[in-house]
Amino acid sequence: MSVTPEDVRHVATLARLGLSEGQIPALVQQLNGILGHMDVLQQVDVSGVPLTPPDQAAPLRPDARPADVLLRSREAFAPAMRDGFFLVPRLTTHGAQGASADEGDAA
Amino acid sequence: MSTNWELVIGLEVHCQLKTRSKIFCGCATSFGEAPNTNTCPVCLGLPGALPVLNAEAVQLATRASLALGCTVHDASVFARKNYFYPDLPKGYQISQFDRPLATEGAVVIGVQADGTPRVIRVHRVHMEEDAGKSVHDRFRDVSAIDLNRAGTPLVEIVSEPDIRTGAEAGAYARRMKQILEYADVSDANMEEGSLRVDVNISIRPSSTSPFGTKTEIKNLNSFSAIERAVEIEFARQVRVLESGGTIEQQTMLYDDKRNEVRPARSKEGSHDYRYFPEPDLPPLRLNAEYIDRQRAALPELPEAKRRRFAADYALGEVEVEQLIVEQALAAHFEAVARASGDARRAANWMLGTVLASVNASGRSLAEHPVTAERLGALIKLEAGGEVSNTAARQLFTMMEQEAGEPLDLAKREGLLQVRDDSALVGWIDEVFAENPAEAARFAGGEKKLQGVLVGLVMKKSKGSADPKKVNQLLGARAG
Amino acid sequence: MSQPDVKTPLAQHTVAHAWSRFDEADVQGLNAFLALDRDAAASGVEGTLAGIPVAIKDNLATLTLPTTCASRVLEGYVSPFEATAVRKLRDAGAVVIGKTNMDEFAMGSSTENSAYGPTLNPLDRSRVPGGSSGGSAAAVASGVVRLALGSETGGSVRQPAAFCGIVGVKPTYGRVSRYGLVAYASSLDNVGVFGATVAEAALGLETISGHDHFDSTSADLPVPSMVPAAASGERPLAGLVVGKPREYFPDNLDPRIAAHCERALQQLIALGAEVRDVSLPSTDLAVPVYYIIAPAEASSNLARYDGVRYGARVEADNLRSMYEGSRSKGFGEEVTRRILLGTYVLSAGYYDAYYKRAQAVRTLITQEFASVFASGVHLLFTPTTPTPAFRLGELSDPYEMYLSDIFTVTANLAGVPAMSQPIGLVDGLPVGGQFMAPHFDEPTMFRAAAALEASLSIEEATA
Ligand SMILES: [Mg+2]
Ligand SMILES: [Zn+2]
Repeated sequence: MSVTPEDVRHVATLARLGLSEGQIPALVQQLNGILGHMDVLQQVDVSGVPLTPPDQAAPLRPDARPADVLLRSREAFAPAMRDGFFLVPRLTTHGAQGASADEGDAA
Repeated sequence: MSTNWELVIGLEVHCQLKTRSKIFCGCATSFGEAPNTNTCPVCLGLPGALPVLNAEAVQLATRASLALGCTVHDASVFARKNYFYPDLPKGYQISQFDRPLATEGAVVIGVQADGTPRVIRVHRVHMEEDAGKSVHDRFRDVSAIDLNRAGTPLVEIVSEPDIRTGAEAGAYARRMKQILEYADVSDANMEEGSLRVDVNISIRPSSTSPFGTKTEIKNLNSFSAIERAVEIEFARQVRVLESGGTIEQQTMLYDDKRNEVRPARSKEGSHDYRYFPEPDLPPLRLNAEYIDRQRAALPELPEAKRRRFAADYALGEVEVEQLIVEQALAAHFEAVARASGDARRAANWMLGTVLASVNASGRSLAEHPVTAERLGALIKLEAGGEVSNTAARQLFTMMEQEAGEPLDLAKREGLLQVRDDSALVGWIDEVFAENPAEAARFAGGEKKLQGVLVGLVMKKSKGSADPKKVNQLLGARAG
Repeated sequence: MSQPDVKTPLAQHTVAHAWSRFDEADVQGLNAFLALDRDAAASGVEGTLAGIPVAIKDNLATLTLPTTCASRVLEGYVSPFEATAVRKLRDAGAVVIGKTNMDEFAMGSSTENSAYGPTLNPLDRSRVPGGSSGGSAAAVASGVVRLALGSETGGSVRQPAAFCGIVGVKPTYGRVSRYGLVAYASSLDNVGVFGATVAEAALGLETISGHDHFDSTSADLPVPSMVPAAASGERPLAGLVVGKPREYFPDNLDPRIAAHCERALQQLIALGAEVRDVSLPSTDLAVPVYYIIAPAEASSNLARYDGVRYGARVEADNLRSMYEGSRSKGFGEEVTRRILLGTYVLSAGYYDAYYKRAQAVRTLITQEFASVFASGVHLLFTPTTPTPAFRLGELSDPYEMYLSDIFTVTANLAGVPAMSQPIGLVDGLPVGGQFMAPHFDEPTMFRAAAALEASLSIEEATA
């Protein structure tokens, strides 16, 4: 397995990292360098290793737990807010219940 | 073209669970609050915040799964579904992926022509958090994000691709709503978005061909929209394939106003959600005793009720379905049937006069002044012939306004039918005396005059005579 | 003299003392702190840490000072809630005097990857203090504070403690709440403690430990007393079995570091302990496993920095450009590299080969620890790092830097507690020795460490 410039562009898109073309060759080289060290794992026999999750259980909390407080207003940290809404650039298509094709699906 | 295309449909239903607080934080799930006021570090996805699972959400999801006939697993695993969208605060949705809460259920959506139940299999039920809302019509220049809904607990219910028509898709969705309401886990309201249905649809040349490429229709906000959208998309796919084209796997949006299905703007690159187990939440573990307890606490569910009603009350299929639409209606019907001793009449009253009255008044059945006992007594009067059908309806209207037993009201209003022979014979004699020609013809064998004569007797009695008795007495005088 | 003055009792190290030390010439310019609260004063709360100044790594949420994770993406961000560990310190009377520098989002082993410039090693300004909690380590090593919080994902407390000649401890996973610790790799992240001495580090850890309803991975267990009693008798460690895992003493280990470890092991024997050779065969797989799992989780944990609700935002006319602009401007090189790496190993077609396999090997590593501890070994002793503090800029290849965690990542993968303490000097630079213990057995670890600390002289290697 070897990382290609196309892979780096694809992964950068998935991660919403804006990369310049000039950054790509070095990243290809570094990722291949790092992943080369991971190849050792392919030789490990993991057939006997249980895939079931560790014997832990998620704790459950009562429904009535009070809301965690914000000791600072949303306006204090939000980059752009109007009438209580967080603002983003206008989204081009949308469905009535938030399902949108701009960037992904709701739920 | 002669190909008899088969439609193949699977439904994904997202259902909001009616908890007081969100699935992973203590924020209220209430509607209609000012934007972003029901938010906290957790559901805003602030740095350092962590999820803690709501026990009530687990309980409701378990109830929903069991009501759908699923096997609830002793261990299920939360996973992160990674994608970017402004109404998804963390950049991932906490959902369940390869180890869902429950699998392999079944929903009966009706009875087939041969009398066997039509079963749609449920593939899986898993828990997840809802996203927030992107509001596009609030400001002209920008989109607005409200995260009050973010973190509302959901179950996602995925069917097997067993559905074959738009009508079946609608029936499945309606039954789903009904089951979720019976199980008391959700408001399950499509208009309000607490029940959301996505339809996966493909076609194939015959029922033995491999499945075709599917499209997914979103944005369906009513049951009839589901049925319409399926038919439109079916026709489109047939058109495409019959003109030599291929179906593209894509998301479609249904436009209710234009009754149109059109592709969502094509997505950049393919979706790759990079699911992996949520490290902030250990597996959800439910022991057998807990699951049994939840199962035992379920009420009688629609399919069981349907079978029981059909067997116990000798009612038609359609009437049974209408009576069990809601638990309250079915329970009220049963109380009326018990009080009146006449299920047939009880069903007619419930589905006719009572529902019309409930709908007109905006009152619930529980608050209706004509209680099951009072209606039962009224039906008894009607069935026994002591009041006419018309009088019974008059009495019902009166009973909505005032207290009192129907018999007393009927007496007061003179609505009891006269069934006493001497009084009836007196009126008949008077009618015969006043209409000698007709009386003679009737006595001479002209039977068709009986109706006219009954009418005259009824008129003379000012409507109080029992028409059945009048008919009997007149019949004896026919030639 | 840059070392903390551990001769005076902790209680005498007041806030005023911290500031007077901070203002001295040899502390100036270390760049250990990203934010200071010059007005911070004793709260009047009575507690085990009443009036004691503490420093907090900048990835723990604090209410009055910003929490930036040394990243541009969180420049100026002040958290509207407080980390549980910080609250517990304040509840015990401690005074938070500042937030400390770190590698951006804890990704690094040198504190060079800070958007606000590197921190210098107080013992040798040409060298790194280690990382990612280098600022907290430098704050303690320079004598400004005697107690500081750091965080650990693969050695980020123990390695800088070793480089700075102080005590650093990583608790059992689940011992300390992660609520308010800005996530890097959630299944590996721990809040850790730096102390000038073993006892002070133990006191710090005991203070911040305990079950927390806000962290689902927090262990619902009582907190034992952790501060070791003063050793008594000739052989205070009699009955203790200390394992020496051979994989941590490879042939190419710097002989001077090996010699210091040997000297420490001999001292443990002198204190009554039995030293036993043991094996953890999968040790050499730990760094590859770590650098799959940690970036994978990081790629998801850092998705929230999108410029929508908080943090830096580059305005644009469409959402995509806003995301990409905000994130590429907000994240530094190493963070970008790890997000790409993590996204890659989780992406379709690679998940099984990388992420899933790494998780399986992680389980193997965990099982090996369990079986060694089940064999009657109470503690393990190893070097903390393969080298003493390196020079600023010395390690430019990312993987070479990753290898400086080679002896520390295993404890994070297995979730066991571990700590580093000074055991000697190499060319005047401190060398750390590491104890690792079974899950939730911090008290035994502290007891051995304290006995060793009390009896071992810190001197140059003679090998
Ligand atoms: Mg879903
Ligand atoms: Zn919340």
